[in-house]
Amino acid sequence: MTKFNTVALLATLTCALPAAHAVEYKTVALDKSKITFNYKQMGVAIDGQFKKFSTQLNFDPAKAANAKATIEIDLASVDAGSSEADDEVVGKSWFNVKSFPKATFVSTQVKPAGPNQFDVTGKLTIKGQTRDVAFVLKHTPQGSNGLLSGGFTIKRGDFTIGEGPWAKFDIVANDIQVNFQLTAQPGK
Amino acid sequence: MNQLSHDHSYTPVAKALHWLMAALLIGLLSLGFYMADLPLSPDKLQLYSWHKWVGVTVFLLIWLRLLWRLTHRPPAYPASMPRALQFLAHGGHWALYGLMIAIPLTGWLMSSAKGFQTVWWGVWPIPDLLAKDKELGHNLQEVHEALNWLLVLLISGHAAAALKHHWIDRDDILTRMLPQGNKHD
Repeated sequence: MTKFNTVALLATLTCALPAAHAVEYKTVALDKSKITFNYKQMGVAIDGQFKKFSTQLNFDPAKAANAKATIEIDLASVDAGSSEADDEVVGKSWFNVKSFPKATFVSTQVKPAGPNQFDVTGKLTIKGQTRDVAFVLKHTPQGSNGLLSGGFTIKRGDFTIGEGPWAKFDIVANDIQVNFQLTAQPGK
Repeated sequence: MNQLSHDHSYTPVAKALHWLMAALLIGLLSLGFYMADLPLSPDKLQLYSWHKWVGVTVFLLIWLRLLWRLTHRPPAYPASMPRALQFLAHGGHWALYGLMIAIPLTGWLMSSAKGFQTVWWGVWPIPDLLAKDKELGHNLQEVHEALNWLLVLLISGHAAAALKHHWIDRDDILTRMLPQGNKHD
């Protein structure tokens, strides 16, 4: 009897445990998430951000290899540090939002890289040009939600962001640091 | 006794600071009014940086100049000059000193409020005294501009007064600030 009970209990536990851990994040709370960037203009650090973006997410930290993420950024929602800059960067020589309204990131691989850390690679497409990006994703559990954060540096020249008189990097630097903080929520 | 020769002319340091700052201020004023209405371009950003860098330089020089002014008594006004005009001249000079402090200060503050830190010569970051605040940045810009119009007015009055002393009153007010001025005394 006791033996049977123990076996039954163990059986229940082994089934129940993975189930309890199988939290798969499927949505992102946009009001608690942000995508920011930072660049240098003649040695002066300037912060910016994108106010509108959408995500498609399937991320179970326990099964990272199956994870998938797509992020679409509405480039017209840019805050480039000043209203004058906002008006400028949506224009033809920068993002050209009329022809390329969105920047997209699609993950290609997610690998565990330590406790609550993952190596992520993906394809970033801006202004019709696609480049590989890689970064370390940090996962911070917050109750049933999880904060997913990370950052990487892109070269604006790779995407021809800033053409013509802006193409040189002496005024606006080539390196643009992109950071994100996404509050992910579980789904069924 | 040898103080007497100084009584008629400014010290070489005071003269050098006066003319250096005259050149810098006229340059900054022209650049400031010119660049503000330019459409955004790399050149505009470059001009803004230069304006800020030279502005910070003037802000540092003015303290040096004030220190010199307070430790080296300038030559007295000619006895022929009416009391009221002497008073006006003094007031005008202190107003100029005040503006030479207030104008770079408002420029620095407006830059901070607009979210652009000033990095002197692109190398030395100057602390932001204000957090980013669009509305405040706009207001400070208005103050910066208004004070500069006041500076234009005062500099014009200052130059006109110097010329009036030279050509109408025929005293040594102008020549004692010139590089070779009043050596014969």
